[in-house]
Amino acid sequence: MRLYLRYFSIHARSLMQYKTSFFLTVFGQFITSFTGFLAVWFMMDRYHEVQGFDFREVSLCFAVMLMAFSLAECFARGFDTFPSMLGNGEFDRIMTRPRGLIFQVLAQKVELSRLGRLAQATLIFVWAIPASGVVWTPDKIFTLVMMISGGIVVFSGLFIVYASLCFFTTDGLEFMNIFTDGGREFGRFPFSIYGDGILRFLTYAIPLALFQYYPLLYLTGRSGSLLYMFTPALGCLFIVPCYLLWRLGLRHYKSTGS
Amino acid sequence: MILHKEKSPPAARKYLSLFRIRFINGMQYRLAAYAGVATQFAWGFMLILQYAAFYKTNSVGFPMSLAQLSTYTWLQQAFLALFMTWFFENEIFAAITGGNIAYELVRPVDLYTTWFTKNIAIRCSKAVLRCLPILVVAVFLPAPYGLTPPVSLFAFVMFVLTMALGLATVVAFSMLVYISAFHTTNAGGVRIIAATLADFLSGALIPLPFFPDWLRKIIEYTPFASMQNLPLRIYCGNIAGVELWRAAALQIVWLAALIVGGWLWMRASLRRVVVQGG
Repeated sequence: MRLYLRYFSIHARSLMQYKTSFFLTVFGQFITSFTGFLAVWFMMDRYHEVQGFDFREVSLCFAVMLMAFSLAECFARGFDTFPSMLGNGEFDRIMTRPRGLIFQVLAQKVELSRLGRLAQATLIFVWAIPASGVVWTPDKIFTLVMMISGGIVVFSGLFIVYASLCFFTTDGLEFMNIFTDGGREFGRFPFSIYGDGILRFLTYAIPLALFQYYPLLYLTGRSGSLLYMFTPALGCLFIVPCYLLWRLGLRHYKSTGS
Repeated sequence: MILHKEKSPPAARKYLSLFRIRFINGMQYRLAAYAGVATQFAWGFMLILQYAAFYKTNSVGFPMSLAQLSTYTWLQQAFLALFMTWFFENEIFAAITGGNIAYELVRPVDLYTTWFTKNIAIRCSKAVLRCLPILVVAVFLPAPYGLTPPVSLFAFVMFVLTMALGLATVVAFSMLVYISAFHTTNAGGVRIIAATLADFLSGALIPLPFFPDWLRKIIEYTPFASMQNLPLRIYCGNIAGVELWRAAALQIVWLAALIVGGWLWMRASLRRVVVQGG
């Protein structure tokens, strides 16, 4: 952990060498998610509700997704840029070092420009938490924290899957974007609106709904079931098959030779 | 006809072969394109489900029918490469910041036209590789979710024409972002901000009819409405009659303005460009 903080501060300091560039990128990230929020706002302003969820509840959903995704991306970015790490032989160098591989890939890159998205998510929370009409008892606060942390774990898992598949293909698989970027984009609305088939898929196969839809039901008082409070914890189990896939890929790995 | 061909100016042929080189070059990345097709198909599918949910909640307030919206979405996904505002040729930025621009300047070609042609070519090659599978599958989807035929032959002709001009408008807009790199040491910030705003205002996130009316009316006077908004809405019959002619005329005006403005700005920028040795 100490070592990771070291790496972290090195990345942060190297970024700060190019301050203007850094802040412009942060601002750009902010604008990107802001236009996304405007799109949701325009839709909700026109229709007031979508399958029973109103704008304030949708905003909570939006902010949870955005915050979980940007935190996951901030730290697990190394897995996202993994194809280039494999391609240029950087990974071979990593394998010779006496530290865990996952740790090193994590520490390889810290994407602080994602702070723009994070700021956006925080702003929406600041507005939506009091406006949502939820009475913020300790269990509700706990549920919200569970949602965000569960989201970080699931998104990180998806990044690991993306990287693991690179062992087999060397190149990144664009199709994984539908789960990572797509999860963020379409997760702006509760996943139930996409129909039962999609909801079931996102519950049992790629557990994005476990930290979004079900705990949201508990949060907004639609369901009193305590189980829904803990579904994000179930979602965290997703990291296990992801890790196994990573091991499998690692065993399969042959250097690209560059 | 033959006479005309012999007289055709060498300049046009020069850029035509440039187009061909870049186009063929782009066509080599087939596998990446097929992966892209799958992603875009899933993306379009989720988008339509999302709008369908709003439609089920309240179908009265819908500015387009669900069938029109599905058609709009499939065309948008199929021709994404033509209209994506966030796509830039990295080698052009690299040439400007890295100094390789010096080599480009000694060539007997107009730099604006060269970059313009390259951008059109690469976008066309991407779109050609990707559009067919998406269109074919979308045609066979069940009624309100699939791609419907154009509302009329006239609409189809106008769709093709405005799509070509819309592509040119997108490229003319991105030329401004390339040129801005002459004036800033870091183009990344300008690039992401310009691309994001254009993406949003051109109706890539949600189609313009879903915007609040006051904002939509303003955007329809800007060049952003001439990008994907116009051809896609003409195809599904959402823009027709007098409104169509007015929008198409505005598209031509904006395209001309963007090209002339960009070309002049480029000339002014090149006059003061300093290439450092090394």
